[in-house]
Amino acid sequence: MSLLDMIGPVMIGPSSSHTAGACRLGLVAHHLLGEAPRRAVIGLHASFAKTGKGHGTHLALVAGLLGFAPDDPRLPRAVEEAEAAGLTAEFRHVDLGDVHPNTAQIDLWGETQHVTVQGSSTGGGVIQVTQVQGLGVNFSGAAPTVLLRYTDAVGMIARIASTIAADGVNIASLTCTRETRGGQALVAIELDALLSREALAFFNHWPDTNWVRLLPKLMDG
Amino acid sequence: MTLEELMNAPAPASAWVLAQDCAQTGLDPQDVRHEMRRRIGEMRASIERGLASNAPSITGMVGWNAKGLWEAPDVLEAPLLKRVQAYAMAVNEENARMGRIVAAPTAGSAGTIPGALIGVADHLGLPDERLIDPMILAAGVGKAISRRMFISGAAGGCQAEIGSSAAMAAAAVTELLGGTPRAAVHAASLALMNTIGLVCDPVGGYVEVPCVSRNAFYAVHAVSAAQLALAGLESFIPPDEVLGAMASVGRMMPAALRETAEGGLAQTPTGLAVTARMEGREEGELPGGMVALPLA
Repeated sequence: MSLLDMIGPVMIGPSSSHTAGACRLGLVAHHLLGEAPRRAVIGLHASFAKTGKGHGTHLALVAGLLGFAPDDPRLPRAVEEAEAAGLTAEFRHVDLGDVHPNTAQIDLWGETQHVTVQGSSTGGGVIQVTQVQGLGVNFSGAAPTVLLRYTDAVGMIARIASTIAADGVNIASLTCTRETRGGQALVAIELDALLSREALAFFNHWPDTNWVRLLPKLMDG
Repeated sequence: MTLEELMNAPAPASAWVLAQDCAQTGLDPQDVRHEMRRRIGEMRASIERGLASNAPSITGMVGWNAKGLWEAPDVLEAPLLKRVQAYAMAVNEENARMGRIVAAPTAGSAGTIPGALIGVADHLGLPDERLIDPMILAAGVGKAISRRMFISGAAGGCQAEIGSSAAMAAAAVTELLGGTPRAAVHAASLALMNTIGLVCDPVGGYVEVPCVSRNAFYAVHAVSAAQLALAGLESFIPPDEVLGAMASVGRMMPAALRETAEGGLAQTPTGLAVTARMEGREEGELPGGMVALPLA
């Protein structure tokens, strides 16, 4: 957390956790989809479901899905903006169990892509993304983050790490989960800088790789 | 960064905070100062919009308080007091009506720092350039707090939210008025000591009642803490121990008293009526002649 996260974010009201954080959760899904969003189904858990409406949580989430930042003046009109952009969004109340009360589960579809993101808004506009594509992750958007889904194989993490090193980028944190041995695995790596287009293309080129996304830094600091 | 380290930093404390933070994040100090300057401008813009508007908030519970106070006669002949309170409420009312504000550290406590810092600066006729370093110190105090304690009402009660913003504001005002790092941190500590145990009980779960008036009160609280510290008064309990006490009280607080609208003011008959209406369970007028708008 930097000084600019303590005096900030600059945001549209009313609640940093219900509005700014919700917008950033939408932004994560926006970047991970990687194409224009067409349809969203959003599950709101606990406090997000209970007091979300008056806090504009639904507007903030939709704004994020459209790629708007928490201080975008279009945020209060996100529903109309979505309509104009051809995005339909549907909200449901869900019980996700023992997770943070401000948690949303986002299913987002574009023309060809589909992404699922679950994350919590933990206060002051800070978020924690806990699941992507149904697999556990742990990143905050405070740093550029590369996500790779692949079929579990020996040496994948070493190959990924050496590609990042060859790109001259330092790894700040790494989480990796897999369904089963030899099954689908997802690695989320927080970085000190953005990766080059070439490094991403190189990841995509590997036969075990199923999906690669680079999420830019979403926080101010 | 601890409050103890901050207290013993070379003056001005803000320069030390900026150097520490940039070493950690890799950001350029000039970029951070530039961005802080921009955020002070955003705070000022939200004050101006808030003082000029009497449009109701989303729920209809607030929206006219800042303008009303600003235009009311200064019966106490205490222009600083009125200015600080009106500025703080202007920001939070702007927030409650989906206006653009700077969370500091949260949106619910966004009025306290601009109320205290910009309010004092305007009262004394100081330019915004003078506010950049104090604002950096405020952020540094916030970082030190968030290391030990929580800064959200849901996690630690309102002591964590308005208490943190009041402590940050107290340190900033102290530096603005020429106080030492030691005085600034003691001002923060004095402000924190007087918020311990404060319940977060937003009516209906919305950042409106008591949040808007609470920002006005705690902006003044921050200025009081700065005044005491600048006069040489210190927090008898060491500042980091105060943080420890707050963290411990926050953990002891039942969930009903931490932003769930299940305790305190939110559970009064009026609070329950607002909650029922906001959840769409009941139609009709709110008690006490309260203004209420239909939800979009």
